[in-house]
Amino acid sequence: MQRAAILTGVAARTNFKQDHEGCLPTMQVTPLILVLLFLSVIAYYFGKRRSLQIAESHGGVKNLHSLPSYYGAWVAFWAVVPVLLMLLAWKTFEPRALNAMLINELPAEMREQAPDRVGLSVNDIKNLASGNITSGDVTPEIQAAANRFNELRRSSTVSMTVLAFALLGIGGVWTYRRIHPNVRARNNVERYVRITLIVCSSIAILTTLGIVLSVLFESIRFFQRVPWTEFLFGTQWSPQTAIRADQVGSSGAFGAVPLFTGTMLIALIAMVVAAPIGLMSAIYLVEYANRRVRAVAKPLLEILAGIPTVVYGFFAALTVAPMVRGIGTSLGLDVASESALAAGLVMGIMIIPFVSSLSDDVINAVPQAMRDGAYALGATRSETVRQVVIPAALPGIVGGLLLAVSRAIGETMIVVMAAGLAANLTANPLSAVTTVTVQIVTLLTGDQEFDSAKTLAAFALGLVLFVLTLGLNVLALYVVRKYREQYE
Amino acid sequence: MSNSEKVTAAAGRPAIADKVRESLGKRYRAEQRFQLYGIIAITMAILFLGFLFASIISRGISAFQATYVNLEINFDESVIDPDGGRDPEVLHKASYRGVLRQSLQDLFPEASGRSERRALLALISNGAEFQLRDLVVENPELIGTRQNVWLLAAAEVDSVVKGQVDLDLDESQRRMSDQQVGWINQLQNDDRVERRFNTTLFTNGDSRDPEQAGLRVALLGSFYTLLVTLALSFPIGVAAAVYLEEFAPKNKWTDLIEVNINNLAAVPSIVFGLLGLAVFINLFGMPRSAPLVGGLVLTLMTLPTIIIASRAALKSVPPSIREAALGVGASQTQTVTHHVLPLAMPGMLTGTIIGMAQALGETAPLLMIGMIAFIVDPPSGVTDPATVLPVQIYLWADSPERGFVAKTSAAIMVLLGFLILMNAIAVLLRKRFERRW
Repeated sequence: MQRAAILTGVAARTNFKQDHEGCLPTMQVTPLILVLLFLSVIAYYFGKRRSLQIAESHGGVKNLHSLPSYYGAWVAFWAVVPVLLMLLAWKTFEPRALNAMLINELPAEMREQAPDRVGLSVNDIKNLASGNITSGDVTPEIQAAANRFNELRRSSTVSMTVLAFALLGIGGVWTYRRIHPNVRARNNVERYVRITLIVCSSIAILTTLGIVLSVLFESIRFFQRVPWTEFLFGTQWSPQTAIRADQVGSSGAFGAVPLFTGTMLIALIAMVVAAPIGLMSAIYLVEYANRRVRAVAKPLLEILAGIPTVVYGFFAALTVAPMVRGIGTSLGLDVASESALAAGLVMGIMIIPFVSSLSDDVINAVPQAMRDGAYALGATRSETVRQVVIPAALPGIVGGLLLAVSRAIGETMIVVMAAGLAANLTANPLSAVTTVTVQIVTLLTGDQEFDSAKTLAAFALGLVLFVLTLGLNVLALYVVRKYREQYE
Repeated sequence: MSNSEKVTAAAGRPAIADKVRESLGKRYRAEQRFQLYGIIAITMAILFLGFLFASIISRGISAFQATYVNLEINFDESVIDPDGGRDPEVLHKASYRGVLRQSLQDLFPEASGRSERRALLALISNGAEFQLRDLVVENPELIGTRQNVWLLAAAEVDSVVKGQVDLDLDESQRRMSDQQVGWINQLQNDDRVERRFNTTLFTNGDSRDPEQAGLRVALLGSFYTLLVTLALSFPIGVAAAVYLEEFAPKNKWTDLIEVNINNLAAVPSIVFGLLGLAVFINLFGMPRSAPLVGGLVLTLMTLPTIIIASRAALKSVPPSIREAALGVGASQTQTVTHHVLPLAMPGMLTGTIIGMAQALGETAPLLMIGMIAFIVDPPSGVTDPATVLPVQIYLWADSPERGFVAKTSAAIMVLLGFLILMNAIAVLLRKRFERRW
């Protein structure tokens, strides 16, 4: 529990805890890396020079297995890469090790407090050590521990630097001494390059794994507190958990059905706007428009896709929502100021280029022979489009629409700014609804404790969102692939 | 079948031709309707775009100008430095609000009583006293003199001067009283009010006062975040693309990587924010609100875009180039680094710029990792707390003060300006280096 935040001013959203933990050491790593890069250039130079020297005693450069530059690269690689890996590992484990050592050395009465109290003290100590404001009074013990923490941190940095240079020397000298005309330096270097490439391309898998694991673990912890049946099927959403047990209104209901319906409602409105407009523009651009119109209209549609969502959110909240409300009121309807309709409309505008460019591609991919066949039978253009082109392109269009739905479900800023926070279970587009993404943002911004059901609920919602969008994408790709098999 | 039908069927062709002819008008009308639907759809999409831009520009254009008021300031020694020691400490702590109040009072002697004086002081921005302080600390000779100084006006005055306030409204309905409006008019008649280009917008950090709020922290934060993103995502993305396109054997592992990249491209951005919060901040203990973490999250987000674009660029290099290089004895790695990569580089750079533009506009994942702090001091590195341009827009859009509406729109215009610039560079790059083989 980290309640050491100093909340200044009115806005509770300014959840700004200055956590300097990682700040100081990282600043020392940057110059270290620059020095390393410089040393790697030197290692390259020496390796290359040595290979040339050795070549002379073996009857010239032509007797070297590889070009001299590969020997240089070989030495530079072994001088620097082990050090970089070591630095990475050190930085990853340093904060935890320091924490453990600090807690170990705390006086017994401080160490034997409740775990969250210890955490608070540790936080205080760190803040004091970095010269920040602490939450409580600075007792002599805390001051002593802060000094000790600084000492630990300093010795950690010193030993890291020493180790870095030792590794650099060992690796560099070892390869330097092994340079010989028979060493297959090029093959070695190319192997390292290959390994680096494989590692880089595996980051995609690591990312997916990271997403799944981080979201899954927190969700499992959430479902230990709130049964998953209540989460998936409950109709009451009010995540305000109490800090004290005797507070009123602290029930903390986590039934997410209103969020799901709200998300679906807004996505539906968006699709009602985007699907016909996007599809019809794609048809017009492919089948009717001449080159000049296409050259102007297509980039304009693509601009819509390039506008940041926060801009759409602002537009929805400040321009469209009052307009919808005004029109509704003049028709005698009761429109909420943050209506699902306004958010959905703007989201629909955002998705238009998405639908149109995907449909554009699939309609273009329909073989011209099929159109020609229809014209030969006397069909008009629109009849050809409706009865030949669209049916042929249908799987691709459906796939594109599914991707668009997935985009609408995962869209955040528009709904955060234009849809409300009220978890109403309703299908009325004129009332305020909330969505999964809005709730994730609300639960995770503002003052938070990491272990409460409230924050964990955000991860459970994230899991639902991830699974839902992933499912839609897989389905869409499946549909599209199925279609491709027919025509290529 | 009745008799008469048999007859027409026997007559055959002319009857069908008649039917076709009869239906032709209807079919042509349907054709025209269909074409009209298409035109309507495109027109609507473009109108939406125009409406969006018009509404933002019309709201935001005024925020590029700020109102300044010229006051004759009496740098009264008895108020600023009663001891006459010119001690910088004393000069720093003196009551410049008092100086300002006195000077306003000299200008409008009719203002009497506490509330009227307060209303008078409310015409000038809260930041003006610091402006005066800096003037005096920098140049102590000013003490004891009278100088004409241009001071930033309060946001409400700014609105009145720009004619954004409906003065026909009842006094109780607006932020400026009739008396204050009278003072403003008097200042205007004395040529003491001027509108200038709003440099504050670019030189200040965030503030609670709309007239003092600026984008400096956000611009720097965006710069640092994009720097981290570029430094990581370009090399990693190109390396991944090169591996998948040039080296990878066709096996399960490669398939898995490809499926993952395609799926990551469609994962909602907010999920990447959750990843950043759980892994980078809670697991690795990286600092909250820092451009470093923001850059890492955005790297993971933009990687699929860059990889897909880079692969397309590599695919467009004809195989004959590779075969020629291999034929004269280059190794596979040499072929790629010496011949294929240089030819594919413009396409890769274009993809990277487009990925960076996406990253620049991204908001949601950065909210998750705490980049929505209220920050006044500009960051000096990638680990200092900062905010970014789109998040600043979100924060300002949430602010209740009227002056922030224009500020938000102005910030959006700045953001869109950068995006247009980046995309224009990408288009130019593509045009300049595009090669047909």
